[in-house]
Amino acid sequence: MSTPLLALEKVEKVFGGLRAIGGVSFEVFEGQIFGLIGPNGAGKTTLFNCITGHYRPESGDVRFKGQSIVGKKPHTIALTGIARTFQNVRLFSEMSVEENVLVPAHHRLRSGVFGAFFKTPLYLEDERSLHRRADELLELFDLLKLKKEEAVSLPYGSQRRLEIARALMLDPKLLLLDEPAAGLNSQEADTLTDQIKWLRDKFSLAVVLVEHNMRVVMGACEQVHCVDHGETIAAGTPDYVQKHPAVLEAYLGRET
Amino acid sequence: MDVFLQQLVNGLSIGSVYALIALGYTMVYGVLRLINFAHSEVFMVGSYVSFFSAQWLGFDAKQPAAFGYGRALLVLVLAMAASALLGVAIERFAYRPLRHARRMTPLITAIGVSILLQNLGILIFGPNPRPFPMIIPEQRYELGGVVVTNIKLLIFVVSAVLMVGLTYLVQKTWTGKAMRAVSTNLNAAKLMGISPNRVIAMTFVIGSALAAAGGILFGLDQAKIEPLMGVLVGLKAFVAAVLGGIGNIAGAAAGGLLIGVAEQLTAGYISADYRDAITFAILIGVLLVKPEGMFGSSKIEKV
Amino acid sequence: MRWPLRIAIAVGLLILYWGVGYVLEDNIIEYVIRIVLFCGINAILAAGLNLINGTTGQFSIGHAGFMAVGAYTAAWTVMQLELALYGGRTDLALYEVAIVFLPALGLGGLMAALAGVVVGVPSLHLRGDYLAIVTLGFGEIIRLIFNNWPALGGALGYSGDRPLGLSVHTNFFWVASVATLVITLIANFTYSSYGRALESIRDDEIAAEAAGIPTTRFKVLAFVISAASAGVAGGLFAHLQSSIQPNDFKFDKSIDMVVMIILGGLGSVSGAVLGAFFVGLTLELTRDLSEYRLIAYALVLILLMLFRPQGLLGTREVRIWGART
Repeated sequence: MSTPLLALEKVEKVFGGLRAIGGVSFEVFEGQIFGLIGPNGAGKTTLFNCITGHYRPESGDVRFKGQSIVGKKPHTIALTGIARTFQNVRLFSEMSVEENVLVPAHHRLRSGVFGAFFKTPLYLEDERSLHRRADELLELFDLLKLKKEEAVSLPYGSQRRLEIARALMLDPKLLLLDEPAAGLNSQEADTLTDQIKWLRDKFSLAVVLVEHNMRVVMGACEQVHCVDHGETIAAGTPDYVQKHPAVLEAYLGRET
Repeated sequence: MDVFLQQLVNGLSIGSVYALIALGYTMVYGVLRLINFAHSEVFMVGSYVSFFSAQWLGFDAKQPAAFGYGRALLVLVLAMAASALLGVAIERFAYRPLRHARRMTPLITAIGVSILLQNLGILIFGPNPRPFPMIIPEQRYELGGVVVTNIKLLIFVVSAVLMVGLTYLVQKTWTGKAMRAVSTNLNAAKLMGISPNRVIAMTFVIGSALAAAGGILFGLDQAKIEPLMGVLVGLKAFVAAVLGGIGNIAGAAAGGLLIGVAEQLTAGYISADYRDAITFAILIGVLLVKPEGMFGSSKIEKV
Repeated sequence: MRWPLRIAIAVGLLILYWGVGYVLEDNIIEYVIRIVLFCGINAILAAGLNLINGTTGQFSIGHAGFMAVGAYTAAWTVMQLELALYGGRTDLALYEVAIVFLPALGLGGLMAALAGVVVGVPSLHLRGDYLAIVTLGFGEIIRLIFNNWPALGGALGYSGDRPLGLSVHTNFFWVASVATLVITLIANFTYSSYGRALESIRDDEIAAEAAGIPTTRFKVLAFVISAASAGVAGGLFAHLQSSIQPNDFKFDKSIDMVVMIILGGLGSVSGAVLGAFFVGLTLELTRDLSEYRLIAYALVLILLMLFRPQGLLGTREVRIWGART
């Protein structure tokens, strides 16, 4: 419990002339639900991208399970145990619900290319176990009946659920959710809060949320980190951050 | 040294033609993010239209000087108009319906239009090269061991004039600003009241007209034309556009000259066989090392 | 349990193909047989190209180059092996041909695969239209290399350094057998976890990476497989006639391949085969009228893109090998 699961240390990200993130640090521990908030354009998704390897920070370190993951490719990082969802749901558009969930399971294949070419018994056994696991996951997320449907034909809420189910196929220790409450009403938002806690418990993971919806942040998160213009402006418990003057100013603007 | 200078002169001349055509590729890519494969055939058609216009206006191969600058200019205008019309028609019927389709769809269509026009050209004009009417009769000058013809000078001057005109258009006029706006951000441009259809059509008009000019100049320089003339020239012009940074007008001009000089130097110092290969090598080199070209900027994909 | 059955089917097919070939070659005019053979070779080309262009969504328009690599490699290998094993003898029994032909085809595919690595590794991180242009460029460069390679005949073509030319080994049996094998393997691969991974790259490369798929490695894998099958097809093609020229592998050939898979539907293996047959038929039927054929292809491409971009079959399949496992 003393070594954080995820640690960002003075991470800096620059695009051309723009310093999108300037020296952000925080720690996330196992089993923790961690919130990352800030006004639009504050750099939250950029931070996610630095964690998942889609962007490479100019300076600073990102450590997962104690090891630095800066410079590693996104797929390697994903397989180490960090899964994510995207702000605009990124499902595999031409594939079915089931196929979407099966994609991340590929790494479990024991038989290699040869097995796939010749449909060896080992390969077929692999496929069966992949499918079993996918079915289990889909069942948990109430998507099993829809498994043959085209993923993009699902209603928005179901698409988001599917994206999370897909992420969990990686057996992650850390789940990054990018604005999971976007487009949800207050009732759905409350359900989401419970769902996030359920995810954490059921799958023994830590969750980092980027979120604008304060209900969800307050309800689900144990620690909150607020950024604005790429800089940390407050960090602590939800209560503390919510009342912090810098945070209020960032969201609401200064009183003239 | 003589070889170098001679090839340099030749290179700048042919390079100007490449530059004129490259401008069409680069402008269309700027507004549509599409590689207009058919542009090389618009160039070819411009050449053929000038061929036939010259005949129609009474060009006599035995008395080329009698044609006069007036009619030569008219030929240019006719060719530019015809190419502009063709270019706009292609955009309207082949590309516009696909403006919101997946990336590869209009590319495949463009390849299709290109192949269609090439083979229609072979069927209609016959596969054999035809001698180009020298509406500007050739005169050679020799300057210190280097042969320069008035045609080569003309190519360079006409191209320069057209490119300056284009720069003015793009930087100073409303049309040009609209083109740049659409290039940068189509949706924002629409919100500003710019009609993308008109701007895109304009882009094709200008690009095609320039290609036609290139077609005449090329015809005068090579003294012959054939239906597949656009294939190699178009490819080189495209590489020039990529080299300069596709979407960048100054880059296209610079790229054209560079390619022209590079190929002529290769022909002069290595061998004529490798002249065309150097363009492929440059293409691959650019795309693998710096795909955004000399003056382009690498775009960061938002995740 | 499955293997004995599979071997039985395979042997059965081989016997069937040999029998059909025997009957055909005695009773049907050569012209028709050529068409059939072309269709078979095209099917191999199309299935391979479909894997990278359709399934993985990485558009390559220079595969004629890989076909050339396979063709020249196989032709050269056959020449060397025949000389070493049989002297100058030309009346070879089936098993004698097999000893020479199978390794030659295999080597052709292997060399083409290597060429695929050389082209693919630096190019496959490029975006859609840029990738297309680079592959076009590489295809032409490969052709130019063969054009300027004196030992392999250069621009005049390769006929094995003997007056008789290359051995015309390609017949119905070989085309049918090799095509069945290659297409089955590719179909298996397409309908496997690997195929899903490739499609995820096509649909959303960023999400695929986040899902643990090593996208660059897989793109290269698909590219190499497609290059290899083009190479095998090239080897068969080379032995249809007594010589091969660099001009057999121009951009036109790459366009033929693109038409095949677009017509059938990008992503569908059986669609690719259908498209291959269409192109094979029209190729032969319009042999002397290549402008008309190209105009027809061009119109097919344009009209398809405008009105039915998914091609004839879209991504659906004709169900022979069952649903995706």
